[in-house]
Amino acid sequence: MATTINVSAATAYDARAAARARRRRVPLGRRLRKHGTGYLFILGAAVCFALFSWWPMVREVIMSFQKTNFAGQTKWVGFENYRHVFADPDFWAAWRMSGLFTLFALVLGFAVPLAIAVVLNEMRHAKGYFRLLVYLPVMLPPVAGAFLWRWFYQSDDSGLFNMVLHDLHLPTIQWFQSSHELAVLCLVLFSTWANMGSSVLIYLAALQGVPGELYEAAELDGASILKRVRHVTLPQLKLIISLMLMLQVVNTMQVFLEPDAISHGVNGTVSVVYQIYDYAFSSLNFGNAAALGILLMLVLMIFSGIYLKLARSVEED
Amino acid sequence: MHVFQRSKALTIAATALAVAATATGCSSSKSSAAANVDSNAPVTITVGCEPPTSQAQPRANWLADVAAFEKLHPNITVKSDDANPCDDPTTFNAKLASGNMDDVFYTYFTDGPNVVASGQAADIQQYASQINNYSSIQQSLLDVYRDGQSSSGDLYGIPTGNYSLGLVYNKALFKKAGLDPDQPPTTWDQVEQDAIAITKLGGGDIGYADYSAQNTGGWHFVAELYSRGGTAVSADGKSANFDNAAGQSVLEFLHKMRFTDNVMGTNQGLVYNDLLQMMASGKLGMYVGDPSTLTSMHSQYGTAYDDLAVGPMPGATATLLGGSGYMFNKKDTPEQIEAGIKWVNYEFETSGIGQFDYQRLSSQNQPVGLPEPDLWQGAVATADNTAKAKYANIPTTNFTAYVNALPSMKLIIEPPQAQAIYAKGDAAMFAVLSKPNADIPGLLKTFAAATNTILANAQ
Repeated sequence: MATTINVSAATAYDARAAARARRRRVPLGRRLRKHGTGYLFILGAAVCFALFSWWPMVREVIMSFQKTNFAGQTKWVGFENYRHVFADPDFWAAWRMSGLFTLFALVLGFAVPLAIAVVLNEMRHAKGYFRLLVYLPVMLPPVAGAFLWRWFYQSDDSGLFNMVLHDLHLPTIQWFQSSHELAVLCLVLFSTWANMGSSVLIYLAALQGVPGELYEAAELDGASILKRVRHVTLPQLKLIISLMLMLQVVNTMQVFLEPDAISHGVNGTVSVVYQIYDYAFSSLNFGNAAALGILLMLVLMIFSGIYLKLARSVEED
Repeated sequence: MHVFQRSKALTIAATALAVAATATGCSSSKSSAAANVDSNAPVTITVGCEPPTSQAQPRANWLADVAAFEKLHPNITVKSDDANPCDDPTTFNAKLASGNMDDVFYTYFTDGPNVVASGQAADIQQYASQINNYSSIQQSLLDVYRDGQSSSGDLYGIPTGNYSLGLVYNKALFKKAGLDPDQPPTTWDQVEQDAIAITKLGGGDIGYADYSAQNTGGWHFVAELYSRGGTAVSADGKSANFDNAAGQSVLEFLHKMRFTDNVMGTNQGLVYNDLLQMMASGKLGMYVGDPSTLTSMHSQYGTAYDDLAVGPMPGATATLLGGSGYMFNKKDTPEQIEAGIKWVNYEFETSGIGQFDYQRLSSQNQPVGLPEPDLWQGAVATADNTAKAKYANIPTTNFTAYVNALPSMKLIIEPPQAQAIYAKGDAAMFAVLSKPNADIPGLLKTFAAATNTILANAQ
């Protein structure tokens, strides 16, 4: 397997070198005349990316070294914003909250959609109906869903969950007040409900690509459904699972809607992005907001880099 | 109707001009009107905070006022900007910096000092005498828009609306609990006793409730601190000033009400609309709020005005003052500033027209009789109150205790970096309302440390 990869890599390298050599021989003017329309299309896209994606990123890096509220004078302050951000008593609490949310979301939000996709894939009847059912929450505007769940979690008997517990003669729960961990878990439950539809569809699409004969062979060998999932489904979905895992971590570390609209940041549910929002729009301190944003970006870049490297080395082994 | 309105407007404008001509300036050196301004030259001004289309009646009134104003001043064209919310913190500074702020722009009191400090607003001190009833406007309101918030500083804006926090209470629940609905509690101890009486009614009735999320918890902490003689920040505005007995008494009282008296319900982490909803549904006895919340409850939930009333902030010595006004873009020409002042005078500063056209409001079934806005003092205030009383369509006696207490109370503006401080205050408020064993000194210490960081960072 490793040899095949090296051979194809070498071939691709040769092809690229040959193409570069060919391009060198053709004068620029002729190339532009020949492929002008194509370059124009690329130019449009490049300008859009530069204006709306790359420049804001560069601007954020610059702003993280400035003291600015946009209205007054802008000053260069070196690493002062970073020092302030680190000195903020809520700095580590925000990272802990985002980390805990990510951890819970990995356990719930990552495993549940995969399990549901596998179950749906095994179903013989009403597959479309259940697929729609799972996907429905994705179509609900996220803020509307969040408000709905805020009502579910009301601590008195007017909240849906407590109403049910009350009717079952079980003790009611103060969802966001009893403990920080439970508060975060409540947010993860909503997040899983609201977002798993898309993940389930992606897994289902990937499951369609698993060759049927592998399952038939496993069945002939007497493999149970759990063994078929373990030895056929999961290895076949390895690539998509590893991609989804990385996306899941990157997305959940940027959690904002849930603490903002459901818990309103109470009981230590202020996440890193919520903190960034607070710096920017409560304190109008855009320098601190930019600095924390850059820190978050660096953490996620490092995570993604390490993760991709590990995934690649595991694949190559 | 049209002719009537026009002649009425002309009369009022003439009166306004006469008043303005006799009004004296403040203590600044720049008290005379600007020289070399051609008051009749054509001028166009953009003005913020036009009511949105979703508020059909206020918008129609605004448009009618613009038309009447332009007839009165044919050289002035008013272009209204209906970007709502009127003052959006997420875009406010960016709009200022990018030059997209209106010529005459709306600000909350909390933004005024930041805008002055940023140098983005025009100094209007030399035009101050042109502001209608200038010498009768409450000094504490004008000071919000002065440089350094001091009465000796130059003026940068005109206050157009204000509120002071008091105690909103449910008269129906008071009656049911055997309390006198016309005698609201005036001390925190009385609040506690009344809350106990209301909660004893059972059936989920809650005696008293308070905020603890989305910056509203910190906001109420500061207001309640003021009512106990405290201040949020030191006199120089550089450090927190509530990690002391006053701050401790605010949190200890709430904790006692929540866990010893059990009169605050179990649902905490409440935000602005939650308390209005609870009061409107007849389940809540009291909360700290201002008279305008009665209008919100009436219009949003159909609550009868007869069931709601406002008393003074418990303690009746000091309370938090808030509000809004208009400032002038630093790029404005002198002609635009003068035209802007004329518009603000017409729409917001003259009893009988614009926002104070009580006859029109009454005929449209809009509430007339709320004690605020309460811009003026002395004879102007008395005359306005008489005009208001003539068309009052809500029970004004429900504000008697509040109105009677205000003149002797200290009205204190919100602290610098208010929203950032309030955001940190939420955590302390939530902890005392949700944790039976909350460490109050520890919470105050953390809150004060966070406030000090915010204040140091802002300097």
